[in-house]
Amino acid sequence: MGEKKDVWQGTLALMVLKTLESMGELHGYGIARRIEQTSGDVLSLNYGTLYPALLKLEQEGAIVSEWGVSENNRKAKFYKLTRVGRKQIERETNNWEQTTAILARFLRGTEDPA
Amino acid sequence: MKNLRAAMRRFAGMFSSARREEEFASELEGHLQMHIDDNMHAGMTAEEARRDALAKLGGMERTRQAYRERGTAPFFETLWQDLRFALRQLTKNPGFTITAVLMLSLGIAASVAIFAFVDAALLKPLPYEDPRTLVDVTESVAVFPHANLSYPDYLDWKKMNHSFRSLDIYQGAGYLLDTPSGVEPVTGMRVSDGFFHTLGIAPLLGRDFYSGEDLLSAPRTVILSYTAWQKRFGGRKEIVGQSVSLSGTPYVVVGVLPDSFEFAPRNNAELWTTMHAGGANTCDLRRSCHGLVGVARLKDGVSIATALADTKAIAQQLERQYPDSNRGQGATVQSLTEAVVGDIRPILLILLAGAGLLLLIACVNVASLLLVRSESRRREIAVRGALGASPLRLARQFVTEGVLLVCGSSLLGLICAIFASQALLRLIPKEMLPHMPYLRAVGLNLHVVCFAAAIAVMATVIFSLTPIVQLSFGEMREGLTEGSRGSAGVFWRKIGANLTVLELAIATVLLVGAGLLGKSFYHLLHVELNFQPDHLATLSVALPEKVYAKDEQVVAARRQLLDRISVLPGVTSVATTSQLPVTMNGNTEWVRFVGRPYNGEHNEVNERDVTANFFTTLKAKLIRGRFFNPDEDATKPRVVIINEAFAKLYFPDQDPLGARMGDTTLSPKSIKEIVGVVDDLRESSLDEQTLPAVYYPADQSPDVYFNLIVRTSQDEKALLPTLVSTIHQFDRGIGTADESTMMLNIEESQTAYLHRSSAWLVGGFAALALLLGMIGLYGVIAYSVGQRTREIGVRMALGAQREMVQRMIMREGGRLAALGIVVGLVCSLGVTVALRSMLFGVQSWDVGTLAGVAVLLVAAALLASYVPARRAASINPVEALRAE
Repeated sequence: MGEKKDVWQGTLALMVLKTLESMGELHGYGIARRIEQTSGDVLSLNYGTLYPALLKLEQEGAIVSEWGVSENNRKAKFYKLTRVGRKQIERETNNWEQTTAILARFLRGTEDPA
Repeated sequence: MKNLRAAMRRFAGMFSSARREEEFASELEGHLQMHIDDNMHAGMTAEEARRDALAKLGGMERTRQAYRERGTAPFFETLWQDLRFALRQLTKNPGFTITAVLMLSLGIAASVAIFAFVDAALLKPLPYEDPRTLVDVTESVAVFPHANLSYPDYLDWKKMNHSFRSLDIYQGAGYLLDTPSGVEPVTGMRVSDGFFHTLGIAPLLGRDFYSGEDLLSAPRTVILSYTAWQKRFGGRKEIVGQSVSLSGTPYVVVGVLPDSFEFAPRNNAELWTTMHAGGANTCDLRRSCHGLVGVARLKDGVSIATALADTKAIAQQLERQYPDSNRGQGATVQSLTEAVVGDIRPILLILLAGAGLLLLIACVNVASLLLVRSESRRREIAVRGALGASPLRLARQFVTEGVLLVCGSSLLGLICAIFASQALLRLIPKEMLPHMPYLRAVGLNLHVVCFAAAIAVMATVIFSLTPIVQLSFGEMREGLTEGSRGSAGVFWRKIGANLTVLELAIATVLLVGAGLLGKSFYHLLHVELNFQPDHLATLSVALPEKVYAKDEQVVAARRQLLDRISVLPGVTSVATTSQLPVTMNGNTEWVRFVGRPYNGEHNEVNERDVTANFFTTLKAKLIRGRFFNPDEDATKPRVVIINEAFAKLYFPDQDPLGARMGDTTLSPKSIKEIVGVVDDLRESSLDEQTLPAVYYPADQSPDVYFNLIVRTSQDEKALLPTLVSTIHQFDRGIGTADESTMMLNIEESQTAYLHRSSAWLVGGFAALALLLGMIGLYGVIAYSVGQRTREIGVRMALGAQREMVQRMIMREGGRLAALGIVVGLVCSLGVTVALRSMLFGVQSWDVGTLAGVAVLLVAAALLASYVPARRAASINPVEALRAE
């Protein structure tokens, strides 16, 4: 197991939204595990930080929640994307792609002349 | 957008936090269970599985805390806590809270109420479009800076000026209107054709006067005021186009003015007719007959100064052209606003300043109360600080308390202000209100609310800063230790004492102002009238011109009327005059003496037409010669009685009796012989100098308008209805108006009213300021005694006498008071200069007033420090020493 990376500020919300987009309805624990899996177990996610993030997204109207029962019969709150949330994914994905593209160009630029 | 939604959800979350936390607890519980299940599947023991799950979560309590903060708005959450805490603090100390709120709301109510008047009268007095380009245009002569225009002068000014887009004129007029209940005199206005257009007013119904409608050749038309339309014509729209009879002449109603229309110089006018110059009114055609006031709209970019210079140049040209009539006739142009509110501006500003000072004292007083309180909370603050509250957090608590205190007081103050301003409005005499139509706007409006809000913000800043500054947080640790009281007490005593000096100084200034205004008012009501104003009923009478067309008819009718009135029960004497005494200088004429060189100067004197017993009815003193004889009418030689001022000015070393005088051309008809000199009975208003005056026998120059003066041995007010009915029994067609008494005329005159109201209001402010100042001084001394209990105990244990202790405390109060009074007296010398325009018969540095105020304040200060001094003297040294 290599060195784990912390979650960057502001990226957790997008990860949550993307997870919900691909998985449909999911509870908090499921989302946390899924994020870790998707990152190839490289990210070290503090599960506790997930819940305020979920609450924030819910307050912003990007997701809605509903009580349900998990696959192994535990009571859990399930989160689901809304239309607002889908739009937010689209917008933030664009942002990230732009940012990473720019950053990528810089990184290449410093390596190329060598 | 999404931020706003989130903020609102968080704010709402404050009120459902318990339910949300419960829900989150079970969500978290579910989370842990699922994690533990998974871990156990992976082969951990139950114990390991749980520990790992909790570790991955990053701590239960931390998670809960993070969730809670996200769920609500922490800022508001704290605010809510602080507010509840502040409210508890305030209700725990009801004495402090009630005193502070009362003082503050008193100050706020006074300031806001006065500001409501200032706002209505000074900020937007004219309800016309672009009021800044409207000007008041009049002539000016040596004795009157604002003298009326003559019609020929007006025509020339209008033609020759380059400054006015339009120049129009108005003149008060009276008409007798036929009503179902008899003939009623109705006030009206004669105006030039463009009058309403110049003001920018369009009629509600019908049309404005058209150009040229004010010429003699045009048909006679009238525009009704909204009130007259409603009151006299039932608001019927068909009235436009119909004919009404005014003093026997038919006029066609062409329009009705909007309800909002007001014209302060004569707002009670019901009928607006055009000039029709040159008809029966012979005055209109004479350049020497001045009865008009001009109102003009300046051209774009023309200043008042330019317009004034322009008009003055025209006046000079006319002076050269018509030396007989226009010699000495200058011009005045001032803003219409100035003409309308110039009189009451100084009083309103003085009142606003008075109210502001009162507010300042209230603030200072509350601030020192807060100081005392924060002193006693020093330990509480120290404990909270020691437990980890940041200075910012502690300061926020004080700000919250300040805001709460000020908000409560402002609300209460605002409500009181509304009632106070309505009460003040009701105190204004009914006769004066028509001249102040702008006061209709007094009340709660945006300006007033903003003003109140500004005061509130200022007060909040003061009250939040006071305790914060005092409890400088560096000293916090000291607060926890017992012995620190001494040093902290010194700190507070210094600030508190300085605040008290400031309070007493302000109170001194207000008291001096009130004293000067009160003295002015007293002087005003006791000016020499040179007649006896009690037991005189007054009434103005208008004979219908059509019926009493000839002079002999007027003379005969008046004589019969006076005969009938003189036999009424209680009536001892009855007379008439063309203008009642104690109204104003004016209705002047120019005189010239027979046998003296004349270079065309205008000897301007008051002119009154009076019946023979006018002087005996008023009980005015004859100085030389004789009064008029009852039979002196047009068939007898013309005579004149002059007043003493006239004799002194024109006959300084001569006997005026027997001298003859006439008009400026000495036309044979105008020549009269001086037969008597009377005392200067006051024709002018109370605060003016009475001009030289001439009195002519009413029967030698009869007029259909005259004022009755009736002296009775009984109640003069009760006589008025009988007077009116007696006149109407004689002829139902005679109009009567302005039933009053001489005393009322004097006491309710505008001059008296302005002086009285300013004296009473500033006096009220000063009394409250004195009271607040005493409370402040008492507070400081009492607090100091409380702090020094132990010291006093030691002194007494060492042998100090009770009287000595008492004297020591009194001396402390006396020193503060003396300092406050001296500072206040020095300041008031500067401040009262601003009062000068409101003072009458008293200097702004009046020694009596200054000394009186100083004595009053010393007495008040001794009283305020006597109580705590007594308490200090009665301290039991044993108990005082044991107490700590």
